Amino acid sequence: MEPAEPTIDALGQFRLFPSLGMLGRSVNFTQANTFMVIGGLLTMALLYYGMRPRAIVPGRLQSAAELAYNFIYDMCVSQVGEEGKRFFPFVFTLFFFVLMGNLLGLLPYAFTYTSHIAITGALALMVIVVVTIVAIRENGTHFFTEYFFPAGTPKALAPLIIPIEVISYLSRPVSLSIRLFANMVAGHVMFEVFATFTVMLAGLGLFGPLIAVGPVVINVALVGFELLVACLQAYVFAILTCIYLHDAVHLH
Amino acid sequence: MSRRLFPPCRFACLAAALLLLSGAAASAAEGMPQLNFANPLTLAQIVWGAIIFAVLYVIFARSSLPQVAEVLANRETRITGDLEAARDAKAAADTAVAEVNAATARARSEAQASINAAVEQAKKEAADRARVLNERLEQQLQTSEGQIAAARNSALGAIREVATDTARVMVSRLTGRTPDRQAIDDAVGQALAARGQA
Repeated sequence: MEPAEPTIDALGQFRLFPSLGMLGRSVNFTQANTFMVIGGLLTMALLYYGMRPRAIVPGRLQSAAELAYNFIYDMCVSQVGEEGKRFFPFVFTLFFFVLMGNLLGLLPYAFTYTSHIAITGALALMVIVVVTIVAIRENGTHFFTEYFFPAGTPKALAPLIIPIEVISYLSRPVSLSIRLFANMVAGHVMFEVFATFTVMLAGLGLFGPLIAVGPVVINVALVGFELLVACLQAYVFAILTCIYLHDAVHLH
Repeated sequence: MSRRLFPPCRFACLAAALLLLSGAAASAAEGMPQLNFANPLTLAQIVWGAIIFAVLYVIFARSSLPQVAEVLANRETRITGDLEAARDAKAAADTAVAEVNAATARARSEAQASINAAVEQAKKEAADRARVLNERLEQQLQTSEGQIAAARNSALGAIREVATDTARVMVSRLTGRTPDRQAIDDAVGQALAARGQA
C-alpha cells in the first residue's frame, strides 16, 4: 500500500480471496468459484431464457442458444463420429466452463479463473481421466496394447515406440492445461502492464499525458485480440477433448 | 484437420509458459499467486470448481440440453410434415390436372363425333331430297314428252286431212272437175313421205 510510487504489479490480479463474506471464508469459497457460478448461470440463462419461446422460427436469443447447441453438437459428431453424441453434454459443459471463464475475465474487476494453473490442470486431468475411462470401456485392456503399440509395427521398434507413445499420451494434459493457462495469464499481464504504463506516463511532466494515450490505444486493441483468444482457447480445449475422445473410441 | 494445426502452436505455448513459469519462480516466492500452493485457497478453488462443474454437467445433461434438442426435433418433424403435406397437395393437384385434361380430350372427341354425325345426316338428307326431286322431274319430263308426242301426232294427222281437202279444192277450182279421191290421197301421202312426215 504505497501509492506514492506506482510500480508494475502485473500478478496481483491473480491473487485469490475468499468470496461471499463470512460464509465463503469459512468454507474457502474463492472469487474464482463465484465467477464459475456466474458463468454457469449465464450459460443456463442463455439456454433457458433463450429457448423459452420454443419457436419454430427462432428469434435472436433462441438462435444464439441453438447456435451454441449445434456448434458443440456438430463438433462432437464430426470429430468423434456417431459415438460423439454420448459425450456431447460433457464437451458442452467443458466448452462453456472455459469460455465463460475467459470472457468474464475480460470485464473490469472480474477474475479470470482460467488463469490459474490449478483450475486448467484439474480440467485437463479430468479430460484425460474421462478419455482413459472411455477408452478402457470401449476397447477393454486391448486398448493398452493396441494404442501404445499399434498392430503392424516391427517388434524391434517396441523399446522406442512404447515410451514415445506413453510420453505423448501423458503430455496431453500438460499441454492442454498450460496452453490455456499461459494464454490467459499472458493476456492479462499485458493488460496490467500497459495500464500501469498509462498511469506512470500520465504523471510524467508536461507531455506525459499526451504520450500516455499510446498504451491506452494498445490496450483497446488488446481487448479485441483477447476476445479472439478467449473464444479460440475455449474452442481449442473443446476440440482437443473431442480428438482425444475419438482416439479413445477408435484407437487412432 | 486440426491435429495438423496444433503441434506448432502447442510447442509455442509450452515454451512461453515455461519461460513465464521459470521467470516467475526466479523472481520471488510471492511472484505468481497461481503457484502459491501454501495458500489453502489455491486448492480449495479446485474442490469448489469440481463441485460447480459436476452440478453444471448434471443440469446441462439432464435438463437444458434435452430441452433444446426437443425444440430442434419439433422443428425437424414440423418441416418434414410440411414437406410431406406439400408433396401430397402437389400430387393431388397433378391428378386433378390430368383428370381435367382427360375430360377435355373426351369432350372434344365427343363433340367432333357428333359434328361428323350431323354432317353425315345432313348430307344423306340432302341426297335423298335431290333424288326425290330428280325422280319427280323425270316423271314430269316423261309425261310432258308423251303429251308433246300425242299433240304432234294428232297435229300430223290433221295435216294430211287438211292437205287432202286443200288439194281437192285447188284441183276442182283449177280444173273444174272433181278429182279422184283415191289419187289425191296417194299424192298427199307421197308428198308427206318425201318430206319425211308420214
